[in-house]
Amino acid sequence: MSASVRIPTILRNYTGGVGEVTADGSTLGEVLESLEANHPGIRSRVLDDAGALRRFVNVYVGDEDVRFVGGLEAPVSDGAKISIIPAVAGG
Amino acid sequence: MTTLIDPALTAVNGPREGAFGNATHLVCRACGAEGPLGPFYACMECFGPLEVGYAFPEITREQIEAGPRSIWRYAPLLPVPADIATFRSTDPGFTRLVDAGNLAADLGLKRLWVKDDSGNPTHSFKDRVVAVALSAARELGLKVLACPSTGNLANAVAAAAARAGIRSVVLVPENLEKQKILASAVYDTTLIAIEGTYDDVNKLASEIAGEEEGWAFVNVNVRPYYAEGSKTLAYEIAEQLGWRLPDQIVIPVASGSQLTKIDKGIGELIKLGLVEDKPVKIFGAQATGCSPIAQAYRAGQDVVAPVKPNTIAKSLAIGNPADGPYVLDVVRRTGGLIADVDDTVVVENIQRLARTEGIFAETAGGVTIGVTAKLIADGVLDPEAETVVINSGDGLKTLDAVADKVGPKTTIAPSYEAFAEFWKGRRP
Repeated sequence: MSASVRIPTILRNYTGGVGEVTADGSTLGEVLESLEANHPGIRSRVLDDAGALRRFVNVYVGDEDVRFVGGLEAPVSDGAKISIIPAVAGG
Repeated sequence: MTTLIDPALTAVNGPREGAFGNATHLVCRACGAEGPLGPFYACMECFGPLEVGYAFPEITREQIEAGPRSIWRYAPLLPVPADIATFRSTDPGFTRLVDAGNLAADLGLKRLWVKDDSGNPTHSFKDRVVAVALSAARELGLKVLACPSTGNLANAVAAAAARAGIRSVVLVPENLEKQKILASAVYDTTLIAIEGTYDDVNKLASEIAGEEEGWAFVNVNVRPYYAEGSKTLAYEIAEQLGWRLPDQIVIPVASGSQLTKIDKGIGELIKLGLVEDKPVKIFGAQATGCSPIAQAYRAGQDVVAPVKPNTIAKSLAIGNPADGPYVLDVVRRTGGLIADVDDTVVVENIQRLARTEGIFAETAGGVTIGVTAKLIADGVLDPEAETVVINSGDGLKTLDAVADKVGPKTTIAPSYEAFAEFWKGRRP
């Protein structure tokens, strides 16, 4: 399974300045492993020391916040679009 | 009138000397990492929210009182240049603090004030935060003012940009109240309706902010500066009470930014010696249909699980509140709490505030008064303590909430006889 991952500005130093990269995996956890293999250091910026999603980062598979669909176990279909986004203030 | 900062010069030279007043750096609220002032909003270490740090000189009450009747009287306490009042802005703030004796009696409180921010230029507290964000955008050389919004912020951004003579783009959920859509579009902003919830709109705005050069998304890439604007609510409440603090404050909560910044503002007033140091209990108010922080509070958690909003209080309908953990910190630290009331109670309390004090609040105000009443009934709020509640917006923007609850008492023929027949049983 291959997915495209949108990288926020503050993580683009891991991707050579690129805003969208591809990664493999059938769950979000696997996709993050694949990201880490290609862009060392990026996973520990998204996950905390305990291996859970950091408190101030939102990850979406398609339009769905992964916290509604299994967190790191969230299924990722072939061609899925994943977004990593820092939490922002209200409006 | 000072001209706008040249973005090209800013890009080359960085912000001008004094661009951010007494602000000196950005600091991560989560891990304490520090960085320079700039268009940064998330911590490079942990993604935590960045806040503005200051080196305040001595600031006196007299100095503040001599300032303009707007938030710019507090310019030394904000990340804005000393000459901020010379720029075109909507000059928000210094709204009335209403001594609400009728409502106090109705609720069973001894002393109550309503901080009525419906009196701002676009009729909500958002004018405060946008004015500070606009200043930051200008100083950073950004050329487009933008936001994702549940309505009030879009109104404020569109108006502020019109006044400043710059472009604006506002993104809103398509199902927003019509009044709020019109009250943004009238300023000739580029209003884009999005097929989704506010949280969908927020996600899209963050993605756009990562791609478009020169844009200031007020609550995304200039968020640290934007959020500081809410501190002025605390400053004004203290000044209008005669430079003293109330015992307890009830504040509406969407993302939680306003509540945490009111707490920050109180801390600064005490630190600067502008008010006497005393405990202030801070209470948060949510609508049951979007109450992720209240649910986390009741469960004793310090993380907030997101929810799918379903409430008429659309200005509070943020299911994934960025400052949720800090709201929990503040209410627990101050001895307050965060509670919620359902939509029926919200409407009843819009009417209660209107009936008792002549203030027509938007749904968020109904939430705040409703939660205040609930906390009194539950024995949580001290009825003897001096209380302030925040009304963050104007009922004219959320007319649908009361549309089937209020209206003519009767319809009669245009004759005195018809009037007399109707009035007969109603004489005082």
